[in-house]
Amino acid sequence: MPQVTYILPGGTETTLEARDGDSVMETAVKNGIRGIVAECGGACSCATCHVFVADEFADVVGGPGDLEDDMLDGAACDRRETSRLSCQIKMCADFDGLRVEIAPKQI
Amino acid sequence: MASANIAKILIVGAGQAGMQIADSLRENGYSGQITMVGDENALPYQRPPLSKAYLYGDADEESLQFRNHRFYQDNNIELILGDAVVDVDISATDESSVGGVATTASGKRLDFDRMALAPGSTPRKLAIPGSELDGVLYMRSIADAQALKARWENAKNVVVIGGGFIGLEVAAVAAKARKNVTVLEGADRMMARAVCPITSQYFKDAHERRGAKIVLNARIASFAPSPNNSSAVGAVTMEDGTDIPADIVMVGIGVVARTEVANLLGLELANGAILVNEFAQTSNPLVVAAGDAVMLPNPTGADGLVRLESVQNAVDQAKAAAKTLMGLEESYRALPWFWSDQADIKLQIAGLSTGYDQTVVRGEPDHDAFSVLYYKNGRLLAIDAINQVSDFMAVRRCLTAGQNIDAEAAADSSVALKTLITA
Repeated sequence: MPQVTYILPGGTETTLEARDGDSVMETAVKNGIRGIVAECGGACSCATCHVFVADEFADVVGGPGDLEDDMLDGAACDRRETSRLSCQIKMCADFDGLRVEIAPKQI
Repeated sequence: MASANIAKILIVGAGQAGMQIADSLRENGYSGQITMVGDENALPYQRPPLSKAYLYGDADEESLQFRNHRFYQDNNIELILGDAVVDVDISATDESSVGGVATTASGKRLDFDRMALAPGSTPRKLAIPGSELDGVLYMRSIADAQALKARWENAKNVVVIGGGFIGLEVAAVAAKARKNVTVLEGADRMMARAVCPITSQYFKDAHERRGAKIVLNARIASFAPSPNNSSAVGAVTMEDGTDIPADIVMVGIGVVARTEVANLLGLELANGAILVNEFAQTSNPLVVAAGDAVMLPNPTGADGLVRLESVQNAVDQAKAAAKTLMGLEESYRALPWFWSDQADIKLQIAGLSTGYDQTVVRGEPDHDAFSVLYYKNGRLLAIDAINQVSDFMAVRRCLTAGQNIDAEAAADSSVALKTLITA
């Protein structure tokens, strides 16, 4: 199972094993990681699962789709170059070792 | 509610609100016992995907779960699933006292100091001749979704009764799967309770363009059995005698608040839902309530009571209920918001449009991308955004901050709404 590391606001890191195909958001929420709110449960409707993808993974993970891009524009935290909504990043073997920083403000 | 000596909290209902109450209690540092009773056997799960991603096959039972098994163990949340509270005895009636005991259907006796009700709702049933036929289905629980899915593959003709959110979501999935889809709506427009006529008209046209047949002012007489199987539905018979072939009938005509436990406690109801104040307190000082089954003071601060059947309300009201249980009373104020994904159409609603006197349309309904802004006395109340997430996000932000967007300026869709937000 691919691993993903979450860098929480404040710097604490937690590494989890993700079920293949589960999103970065789902993996965090199911394991009780706080900071990712995910009000809409993964429907790309709320922009409360905002993360910054670590630079070294930015290319392999890729950028947001059009809808996600518009949602990110309205996110509570100003977006950065590698901003993504973590509900839209589905874990797979290629993303093993992924590191994401959870945006400090989600709502 | 005093927080002193509160060591046992019993949560009745294991849906979105029940789950959030448990989670928020732990997040806020409550270290006492938490027991959550749910009448379904599945680990607490999300309902919204049942009529969309689950039906498409993009989500399974495991991916619907809010949390995994370990979360409940690690957070010391006792789950009693597949069981229901059938009796409650609360002798204490004032805030300083604690105590009650609930009995479940399986005979468990659960002591508690405080109780949180999050029973949710149940689909309103259609009682007409033939309603008992196999294939007449509802959509609320995972069992409902499984029943629909089990019949999905072989169903050619799908009839949806009710042109509301649930019905249209299922109709969209069916049309995409190239089934013959008919939506029967009793009113003269779709989603009439939630949106204005402009949005209603768009959704009628949009679903028709995607292959569904929409009948407004539909008068349904009965369900007729299939000629091949007399215990299964084969058609919907209209009052004028016409038959609409149906291998599946999905009934989505609203929900009824579940008040079984509230009734055992003699709690005050309003319009058939559990009445609470802004702190999620019921008429019994030992009992809070949150979610779909609740009638609450309008959380936007406007006058009146509302019932909000949405994820946002379940979550935010549950957070307020958890604080109240811990003696950290915080008035529940939030901007209601909602979404519905219907095939490639993303509808997002923020605010409550009740009482509007003006609407402003931005964008092109014919191009599946527009917004309707609702105003009252020049103040923005709400938005229906159809594939216009920037408008949705701007209005959500604006209304959450108690700000306004000038109606005349908003009508120019070449200008981004977020640049028009003013005090």
